[in-house]
Amino acid sequence: MPILLFRVDERLIHGQVVIGWGNELRPERYLVVDDELSGSDWEQELYRLAVGDGTEVSFLTVERARQELLQWTASEERTLLLTRNIDSMLRLARDRALEGRAVNLGGIHHAEDRTRVRSYLYLDEADRERVRALEAEGAHVSGRDLPGSLKVGLEDLQEE
Amino acid sequence: MSSGAGARGLVVGHGTMASGMVDAVRHIAGVADDVLVGLSNEGKGPDALKDEIGRLGGDGTVIVFTDMHAGSCAMAARVASRSGGRRAVICGVNLPMLLEFVFHRNDPLDQLVPRLVEQGKSSITAHMPNADPPVSG
Repeated sequence: MPILLFRVDERLIHGQVVIGWGNELRPERYLVVDDELSGSDWEQELYRLAVGDGTEVSFLTVERARQELLQWTASEERTLLLTRNIDSMLRLARDRALEGRAVNLGGIHHAEDRTRVRSYLYLDEADRERVRALEAEGAHVSGRDLPGSLKVGLEDLQEE
Repeated sequence: MSSGAGARGLVVGHGTMASGMVDAVRHIAGVADDVLVGLSNEGKGPDALKDEIGRLGGDGTVIVFTDMHAGSCAMAARVASRSGGRRAVICGVNLPMLLEFVFHRNDPLDQLVPRLVEQGKSSITAHMPNADPPVSG
């Protein structure tokens, strides 16, 4: 089974992902791609607590994830891949590694310089540029917090 | 009921759950505003939520009650509890647990926390008067 969801969410593994998407997609594994977290044992332990049902959770650097990506997409394991910012997802997608894949923007919250796209999604100009770059790499980017919500298309993501 | 020297409680949850639970406790038990405080994760990223929990917790003894264990509230609470005063995080809060907290918050933390967990668990009951009888072999 290929990777079922590529998602950008600042909170990574949390209620919407485990319960909302988890019940819909029934993942057997979460892959968290984040350079900083991949070196932090105590934070990894906290995220594993958040899953709590024995579902496998792996933490990898972007570089390592790029090496493993083909193997994961060919794997039988039902997998959700998470990054906590668009930059990590874009680095993963370089050289058209995510060509034809849907990339879900699920949670980037309010901060200085970010403007509101939806209640769960605020983007600054650098993020909008990264969205354009993801599309240029062949990925299809949209916003959606939960499986039952309406998708936010590229045009809305680019609006100021 | 004034804050005094006992533990303070911080309820953290999705939507308006936390403020609603705190409001319910105040209606039932009557507590000072700073004894039990509600906080929503609505619109807050992980760092903002963690910082807010740390700010509201201050330096004293605080129990952070979260709505469920697999959520951004619990994650932020666990991270925030690594600094500040004495901290405990209890996930899966319910109203009987909070009422028990209000009346026993002067107990030592290592006795209070298991007491609250037990109260929360034991207060969940089910009544099914019209359920089908069990099928016997």
